[in-house]
Amino acid sequence: MKDDFGTYLALALLFTVLSFLSIGGAISALPEIHRQAVDISHWMTDREFVDLVAIAQAAPGPNVLFVTLIGQHVAGIPGALIATFFMCGPACVVAFFIARAFDRFKEKRWRIAVQAGLVPLSIGLVASVALIIARSADHDWKTMLITAATFALTYWTRISPLYALGAATALGVSGFL
Amino acid sequence: MSDRVESSPADSSPLTAPVALDVVIPTRTELFLGFFKVTMTGFGGVLSFARREFVLVRRWMSSDEFSDLFALCQFLPGPNIVNFGIIYGWRLYKFAGAAIALTGLLGPPVLLMILAGELYGRYGTMPVFRGGLTGLAAAAAGLLIATAVQMSEPLVRRERLAQAAVALAAFVTVGIMQWSIVWVLLALAPVSIGIAWRSAAIAGRGQP
Repeated sequence: MKDDFGTYLALALLFTVLSFLSIGGAISALPEIHRQAVDISHWMTDREFVDLVAIAQAAPGPNVLFVTLIGQHVAGIPGALIATFFMCGPACVVAFFIARAFDRFKEKRWRIAVQAGLVPLSIGLVASVALIIARSADHDWKTMLITAATFALTYWTRISPLYALGAATALGVSGFL
Repeated sequence: MSDRVESSPADSSPLTAPVALDVVIPTRTELFLGFFKVTMTGFGGVLSFARREFVLVRRWMSSDEFSDLFALCQFLPGPNIVNFGIIYGWRLYKFAGAAIALTGLLGPPVLLMILAGELYGRYGTMPVFRGGLTGLAAAAAGLLIATAVQMSEPLVRRERLAQAAVALAAFVTVGIMQWSIVWVLLALAPVSIGIAWRSAAIAGRGQP
């Protein structure tokens, strides 16, 4: 854990850039955060990264807050606050001023095209997120079975996925995995 | 998307839109509590929880109004629900409203995350935690795969092959080849927006 000024600055810069690139939701930025935190800056191992994302999935709150956990793991509580602030702040200020002028372009064709055009990218990015997490989390038949069961429950039933997350955690705690 | 906003005065924007007569206007305290409840009960993304709470339970806005505002927030940069809180809060009480909504929305879960992070830092390597996290991560993977499949269904069902190809290209480059999303988005976004522009022209939805 490095908590020097340089790390704070790197976090601030990374999350400012990513807040503008997280198309259709903060989760879209996850592949880039993974690349930076694990492969380039070596802030954490792949295993730690996936643990933190999993914890964030099981916790309440907007899903942007996985960056809080990432920031904290890199640079403690200041890191948590810096990551959260820069992932939300700069982009939201810009969003605020666009919203102010919104009536001027509400029905414009280019806005509809931009919005519709970002959907496929967002799908590709969320699929990438799923791959990054699955690649690290599914290392034997038991974990693969849990992934498949959670997928089935989420996809084919209206039962809250929280039950699957809870049951899988309980299985792990009891030493089955 | 509904045409509600067009019938309002010419100078209206989402920040100043007049409040309809048949909705409840929350006080500052209610504004905080509403966002607090949504954020603390919202697991895996708060959209469906927000719609239920704000439209059905508290009647702060109509379903159309919610959809309109949320579509705007998805289009704008930054986390959707955070934009939603800022715009709705501002509409009611200007700066104070935005600050109250944001505090309710982010304050409690950020504290919770910091607590969880501290616990992970301290005990994350203990066998019992390792086991639990192994199970949790595997389940989270299943949840994310389900989300990706659900999102891609409309493209496959409506045979939007060009859009599906863009989604596949993003997945291969970012997910498999692990390229930076900065370059991938710079390359693919114009293509994808161009495709959407053309299909908007075919559907005759947009204005020239």
